[in-house]
Order: sequence, then C-alpha cells, then structure tokens
Amino acid sequence: MSTPQIEIQLIAAIVAIACAIPGVFLVLRKMALISDAISHSILPGVVVGFFITQDLNSPLLILLAALTGVITVVLVEAIQKTGLVKEDTAIGLVFPALFSIGVILIAKNANDVHLDVDAVLLGELAFAPFDRFLISGMDLGPKSLWVMGTILICTVILLFLFFKELKVSTFDAGLSSALGISPIIMHYGLMSISSVTVVGAFDAVGAILVVALMIAPAATAYLLTSDLKKMLLLSIVFGVSSAIGGYWMAHWLDASISGSMTTVLGLVFLAVYLFAPSKGLIAVLYRQKQQRTEVSLLTFLLHLNNHQEENERHINHLNEHINWQKVRSKTVLDLALKNNMIVIENDLVALTEKGKEFTDLALEYIITNKDENIEPMKDDFFLFRG
Amino acid sequence: MAIVTSICLGILLLFWKEFKILLFDADYTKTLGFNTRFIDIVITFFIVLAIVLGLQTVGVVLMSAMLLAPAAAARQWTNKLSVMVFLAAIFGAFSGVFGTAISASQNNLSTGPVIVLVAAVFVIFSFIFSPGRGILFKQLRVRRNRRDLQLQKTLQFMHEIASTHEDTTHPHAIKILNNFQGFTKKTLKKLEERNWITLKGQNWSLTEQGFFEAENLYNQQLNNEHTAN
Repeated sequence: MSTPQIEIQLIAAIVAIACAIPGVFLVLRKMALISDAISHSILPGVVVGFFITQDLNSPLLILLAALTGVITVVLVEAIQKTGLVKEDTAIGLVFPALFSIGVILIAKNANDVHLDVDAVLLGELAFAPFDRFLISGMDLGPKSLWVMGTILICTVILLFLFFKELKVSTFDAGLSSALGISPIIMHYGLMSISSVTVVGAFDAVGAILVVALMIAPAATAYLLTSDLKKMLLLSIVFGVSSAIGGYWMAHWLDASISGSMTTVLGLVFLAVYLFAPSKGLIAVLYRQKQQRTEVSLLTFLLHLNNHQEENERHINHLNEHINWQKVRSKTVLDLALKNNMIVIENDLVALTEKGKEFTDLALEYIITNKDENIEPMKDDFFLFRG
Repeated sequence: MAIVTSICLGILLLFWKEFKILLFDADYTKTLGFNTRFIDIVITFFIVLAIVLGLQTVGVVLMSAMLLAPAAAARQWTNKLSVMVFLAAIFGAFSGVFGTAISASQNNLSTGPVIVLVAAVFVIFSFIFSPGRGILFKQLRVRRNRRDLQLQKTLQFMHEIASTHEDTTHPHAIKILNNFQGFTKKTLKKLEERNWITLKGQNWSLTEQGFFEAENLYNQQLNNEHTAN
C-alpha cells in the first residue's frame, strides 16, 4: 500500500465514524431524511461564504454551510408546527428551495469560478490526499483528514458529555422535559452536529456518500440490537468496514470509490435485513411458521380433549374435521408425538398425561383471557418447537 | 410529453374513485374488495413517471419540490380532492410558465431553480393567506376568540356582583371592577353594544339579557339555543 492509499482509507474510516454517530440518533428519531435535506440545502451557505472570502478553502465556508443546515432544520420545524403539512412534505419543500437559491446565486455571480453543482454534490475521495494541510511549508497530511478529525473529536466529546441526555430525549421526549432536559435543545444540538458533519464530510467524500454513511450503518445496526451503546458500536464497525471494503472493491473493479462504498453499505444492509437473528426477514418468517404450527397444535389438543368418541379421534377423521391439509396435520401430529403430548394406538389418537396437563392449563389461560401466559407455558412443555 | 400527460390524465379519471378511496381509507377499500396492491402500484407508477418526466425540467435534486409544492399549496385552499388536484395542476403550470419567463428575461438564470422558487412563493402565499387554514386568518380567529373570552370573563364577574342584589339590574360603580384586570373602557363599550349592560356615568348595570347570558355562560347547549332563537 502506498501512502495515498493509506491516507484515503484513513479519511474514509474517520468520515465513516463521524457520520455513524449522529446517524444512529437520526435513525432512532426517524429523521433520516433530514440528513439528505441538509446535504443539499447547505449550498447557499457555501456560496455566500465564498462571496465573502473569495476562497474555497476558508473555514468560514464550513461554518456558514453548517449554519444553513441548521436553518433548514428550523424552517422544516416551523412549517411542520403550523400543522398545514406533514414533516416529510416540509422537508421536501424546504431543501429544494434553498438549493435553488444556491444554484441561482452561483449562476448569477460566480459563473467563472470553479464552484458548480457537481463540485458540491460529488466530492472525490481519490483526490483528497492531494489537498495538503500546510503550515509554513510543513506538510502535515491531507486537509480533509484534519477537518474530519477535528469534527470527529468534537462529536465524540459531545457524545460522552451528553450521552444520557441524548438517550432520554431520543426515546422519551416527555420524560426528558419532565427531568429538566430540554428535548428542543438536544434536538437542535444534534442537528447542528449532523449539519457540521455533513458539511465537513462532503468536501471529502461527496453528498450522496455522506447520506449513505450516516443512514445505512445505523439502520443496519438497528436491525441487530436494541441497546443504544451496542448500536453505536455496531454502526461504527459497519461504517468503517464498508468504507474500507468499498475502497478495495473500487480498487479491484477500477471504479468510483464513493459508488463502491455505497454499494457495499447497501449490500451489508441487505444481508443483515435478510439474516438478522431476531428482526431479519427470514427469522420473522420462520417464527411466524413456528407460531402457526404451535397454534394448530393447541387447537388439535383442545379438540382431543373435547372428544372421547372413537370416530372423532381417528387419525383420518382429523384431516376432515379440523379442515387441515395432509402435510399440515402430519407436522402437527409429529410435533405432538415428539413432545409426548399424544399416543397413537390403532390409528386412534389419545392424549398422554403430559398432553392432558398442558391442555388443561392452556384452557384455563384461554378462559381467563390471559393469553400472554401461554408463551412461557409453551416453553415449559415444548422440547421441540415447530 | 403531451402524450404521456394525457395518458396520465385519462387513467387518473378512469381510476378516480379507486384512488380517492384508497388514499383516505385503505382498510375500507380492502373490505370493499378492491385490489389495493394493484391500485397502489398504479399510483406509484405514475409518480415515478412524473418524476422521470420532470427530471428534464428541473433536475434530480429539485424534483421533490416540483412534486410537492403545487400539491401543498393547493391543499391549503380546499378540502375536496378533485378541487385540490385541479388547483395543484394550475399552480404547477403557472410556476412552470412564470419560472421560465423570469429565467428567460435575464442572463445566466437557470430555469429549474427559478421554477422551484416560484412554486415556493405559491406555497408561502397559500400558507399565509388561505382563508380556511392560513396562518394569518388562523391568528385573527385566535385573537377574536381570546377577546370574546375576555368579554365573557368580565360579564361573569359582573354577574357575580349583580347576583348579590335582589334587583339584578341595580347599577354598580365601575370602580368595583378595578380588582379584576380584564376590562377597559373599550370592552365596557363592547358589552354595551351587545346590550348586556347599560352604562350611566360612572355606573354600570346588567340588563336582563346580559344577566341571562351570564347565567348560561358555561351552559353551551342553552347558549346555542338562545342564539338560535
């Protein structure tokens, strides 16, 4: 690996961490869309900053851009508060308007400068190492590394200082204001941090990748855990690994770095979405199937309990009586046999002691309407589940 | 583009009832036996079509405003879906025409952003000035209600004083009201205008109508009947 390669990966990793932290809170507050809005609406801030300083590298640009990001949030909140339209509509109205102002400002006044929409929307990570940070001729590494590093340190410090406050205001705004922690201040604080992070990061990696790095790792982590600390850690891990994985994929395919990183992020999310242990699609489908069989088994046992007559308990009769398909009744019978709930003699089904006990308990719970008690009861009785 | 737009319009008219019922009550639509998934797909398909068409005029980023702004503006003026669709179409068309005209009149003015800004002006105007939901009229209504409440509070207080006398129309000095903050000369005039009190020099007295009004102030139903009569 050459030095620029290491530097690119380092920048990518730092951007990924810096984005993942606010991203987690945005996802938890169901405000993911606002990061997209911010990433676009900061354009007028950049343009105005450029008019003032005439310098594309001045820190004032980042400050003004971040300020515009906060203004976006304030405007969205204000429109939403009037109750005339919903939040997503408000977001969809505000950021194109601000973006248009930025585009018009550029078109009217800065046509001959290198500041066009492409430059704002599509930063290029591959060029980041060439933009050096020089102090009196001394080379201190790529500039975006310093910018993002500073932002990351600030974010981490704020995260540690206000972790408790952020947590409570994210999950229960009512409780937090009752405890004297203003959810509004936390909200705007978070928004300012997100805004600064977006601005700082998109100079290095471009707007689209910023949004992807904010939302995708957090959403992926959200599927895997319900613990805030774990979610933060997981989303950092996902962000960094996808960023570095994406870099090597781009290297291998000879393709755009941002594009590959976004693709890897998307693929990781897809994989987790399908295979996550408790919230994943496959796990949910499996659990539904299991529950369906268990409910069938319960019905079947209750049926046996109700009927002492031989013809009602004949194996073939069950097919017709409870109206099940062959396969389904076989699964249920097998399950019941495996769990020692029933015995079959001469094609006649009978409840065992254990089956009888289980049925009585279940019946009692159903009659007293305490359905929630059935789940732990199932755990007690079932060795094998559907 | 004209062809696609007219096809869209035709299908909108054809599926009007289905779209409407699905938008407002999806569960009900299902119980009526409509194929909700199909209708949903049709709606989504046309949204996608609209976006693809719109990309040429304003570009990727500004498309969401083109889609939302006319509808958001139209929503403020009506509670009826058909009127809203019609208004949204008009707003959209006008912002397109005005935006293009403005951008053509000057050098170096990109068309898409100007269109979006014109649409945004429509939205702001609608938010503020629409009679039913607009911020301006809502504020006015709030003011008026607050003033009414203030008047009623004064009346209630007068009623309390007056009901200590046998003759309820017995005059009292305005000074008594001093420890109650919610009155001014103007509100007293207002009360007189409504025939609730009569003013004589430094004294006021409840009229019979005023007494009745005050008695039933917190009895909404009776109050309504009274005004109905």
